[in-house]
Amino acid sequence: MAEAAPVLEVSGLSKRFGALIATDAVDLDIRPGEIHALIGPNGAGKSTLVAQIAGQLAQDAGEIRLAGQEISGLSVAARARAGLGRTFQVTSVALELSALGNAMLAVQARASGLWGFWRRAAADRRLIEPAMAALARFDLDGRAQVPAAALSHGERRQLELAMAAALAPRVLLLDEPMAGLGAGGVGPLSDILEGLKAETPMLLIEHDMDAVFRLADRISVLAEGRIVFAGSAAEVQASALVREIYLGTA
Amino acid sequence: MAEAAAEIAAPARRRLPEWAVNAAIAAALLAWPLLADAAGEPWWAGLAAKAAILALAGVGLNLALGYGGMVSLGHAAFFGIGGYVAAISADAAFSGAGVLGLPGSDRMLPIWLAAMALSALVALGIGAISLRTEGVYFIMITLAFAQMIYYLAISWPAYGGEDGMPIYLRNGFPGMDTNAPLDFALVCLGALAAALLLSWRLTEARFGRALICARMNPLRLATLGMEPFPVKLAAFVISAAITGLAGALYADLNGYVSPAMLGWHTSGEIIVFVILGGTGRLFGPVAGAVLYVWLETLLGGVTVHWQMGLGLVLLGVVLFGRGGLIGLLCGARRHG
Amino acid sequence: MSAAFLIEQGLNGLQFGVMLFLMAAGLTLIFGVMGVINLAHGALYMVGAFACALVAPEAGFWAGLGAGIVAAAGLGALIELSVIRPLYARDHLDQVLATFALILIVSEGARMVSGGRPLWLDMPAALAGSVTLPGGVPYPVYRLALIGAGLGVGLLLWLLIRQTRLGIRIRAGQADREMIDALGVDIARLYTVVFALGAGLAGLAGAMVGALQSVEVGMGEPVLILAFVIIVIGGIGSIRGAFVAALLVGLTDTAGRIFLPALLALAWPPAEATAIGSALASMSIYVLMAAVLAVRPRGLFPAHG
Repeated sequence: MAEAAPVLEVSGLSKRFGALIATDAVDLDIRPGEIHALIGPNGAGKSTLVAQIAGQLAQDAGEIRLAGQEISGLSVAARARAGLGRTFQVTSVALELSALGNAMLAVQARASGLWGFWRRAAADRRLIEPAMAALARFDLDGRAQVPAAALSHGERRQLELAMAAALAPRVLLLDEPMAGLGAGGVGPLSDILEGLKAETPMLLIEHDMDAVFRLADRISVLAEGRIVFAGSAAEVQASALVREIYLGTA
Repeated sequence: MAEAAAEIAAPARRRLPEWAVNAAIAAALLAWPLLADAAGEPWWAGLAAKAAILALAGVGLNLALGYGGMVSLGHAAFFGIGGYVAAISADAAFSGAGVLGLPGSDRMLPIWLAAMALSALVALGIGAISLRTEGVYFIMITLAFAQMIYYLAISWPAYGGEDGMPIYLRNGFPGMDTNAPLDFALVCLGALAAALLLSWRLTEARFGRALICARMNPLRLATLGMEPFPVKLAAFVISAAITGLAGALYADLNGYVSPAMLGWHTSGEIIVFVILGGTGRLFGPVAGAVLYVWLETLLGGVTVHWQMGLGLVLLGVVLFGRGGLIGLLCGARRHG
Repeated sequence: MSAAFLIEQGLNGLQFGVMLFLMAAGLTLIFGVMGVINLAHGALYMVGAFACALVAPEAGFWAGLGAGIVAAAGLGALIELSVIRPLYARDHLDQVLATFALILIVSEGARMVSGGRPLWLDMPAALAGSVTLPGGVPYPVYRLALIGAGLGVGLLLWLLIRQTRLGIRIRAGQADREMIDALGVDIARLYTVVFALGAGLAGLAGAMVGALQSVEVGMGEPVLILAFVIIVIGGIGSIRGAFVAALLVGLTDTAGRIFLPALLALAWPPAEATAIGSALASMSIYVLMAAVLAVRPRGLFPAHG
């Protein structure tokens, strides 16, 4: 899989807040079919990096290319339409809507006719069917009618992934999808991600090292805003530098 | 989130289904002027018209505030614009002079159309600027824009300035004698029913789902590829048009318009209708406006200081009775 | 338009701006520290004016002034304890509604006390005269005293916030609500004190202005809305922003009233020019606000971030 053209390519990305350099000339790419994990100690700048790629924060310098196209001038929504999918560190689904309602929201974004003003969404088969399919894929079809507020933490994480996947993105940014899942939840979610990667490559930010070493095809280590090491799981585990700056402090 | 948590934690209390409560409110509101008329009490039929009009203003605001989370403290602007359109149009029809090259009209339907169009247009401008901000800034900016229009009405002499202007003859509606309190009340209820239908379909449609998400989590909506801004702006504009329609009817109800319709107290009162009844509930503003009109009538019959009673009731609802009347009867809200 | 006239109007604008600053400072302080939007601030201004107008005829102007401050600050503390405290964790909508309810209650209460009739307040004899401005125009000493008092209070406020322990706590509260916990500050008491301080400033403004206009129910509301415009322009939470914006609004309002009709008179007949000019003048500060926000959506001196 080595030399396919990258789907997402970040080069020279920099961001500073006053004296603090949050992102320092970061180069990073994600190739078709891979899970590329980004790890680093707390405060390394992982979330800032994701926020810049997703369009929440403007970078000071550098480029972000999605499928070869420069996207850094685009809004969050425009990047999403261009094929950048994302899940959040803090689960963010619409709690007032049911699981199905949330999934339909994701589907309607992709379907034409987003501006339906009259037809009842709840009776719209063009929304329901793909939304149910998205839920089924993440084992949520049995919970479709449950309000998101009443779903368990793990189910909300799954729902969030289902919504992101329903957009059929070119690439997915996953910000700590395992957080708060507990030992019983990490395994099933890892299986799901493994099954998804052939179709949608991912940038995985995660603190659960076992999951990272199991899932990641490549790992980049971020410290103080810079990529200090990149390699396979085995190389990262063997690296004295990584152990010193990261594993040693963990 | 707190609301949702409360819903989970709440003990299983017996709640009425919302549709049944809504149907009961609708039936009571329709029966009110009919019974008043049958009993030979035209004043009470007129009061029903007032309740329907205020409810209509609230239905408009509810779209922005309840579903879209836009706390507009400036909806009096649209209420007043609707009122002034009705009065100016009737005046121009009466004198045959016309306004800005357009002929005046003393028919309700063209007046409503103009009132809604102008309210929507002004809302497009106000919304485009105000929605760049959020939170407290949004509240204050909508307030300030409404004040701008208020002071314009006060100092512009052509339309009565501080005194406002009269509507000598209530504008007409096909097939109705609008001067008869019952007929006028039915016209107002018809307009309210149409607005409720529109509001229901909008909020159940794709647009409404997107609006709910834009309120709860705009970043989430953007991540799904939808810009929150145009969704919210569209809701704000439609909301303003409905409140503008209410203003046109209110002018006809009273037979005059005055800058007070544009004042910020009016904006506050429209919010009060929505809150007393229940924010983001289809019939919330209807229940709230009816409650308000009854409070005004009953307390006002006892003391000239009835506004103190209103203030205490409102304070009680805010501090202890979140969810308003509909929330009390039906429990916390939920969408598909 | 003579230089003397311009000086006179400039002073009027300054005096207006300084009074607005006293109102806006309290509002922005309360918002900055507690995150609460207080619509009842205008009612506290009115309470200050009423207390002064009721006490002054019996005990003299200065006692009235003190009564105005104490009544407003006391009512402010009471309001904070009873109504505002449960609302800190709530959204702005609840705060808007609760404080709107307070306006209804306080206004109706004032109407009961006064019987709905406006009260009149005499200015103190020592300040009743006028001085001659350069150019020969007489100018009331009282208005000059208001400018001086307003600027003096502004300076005191600045010293309070920069130099005292209370000020340190207030600044800590503005920067980071958790930090005051870490400092071991009794937040509940701090909030009551800040609310009372803001209310006292409003009461002071109301009491001082009471000698220039009639004291009546509803007098606080136009001032309240201008104070909102000011804190939005200045950046909500910023006292410095409130000061700059208050003077800007005071001068813009006064200048608009003078110059716009005169300017329009160049193109229109005088009667129409006066009418349209005054309409535009009333709108001028809102146009100013829209213009500021179009460029800086968080005001001139954004307090947070």
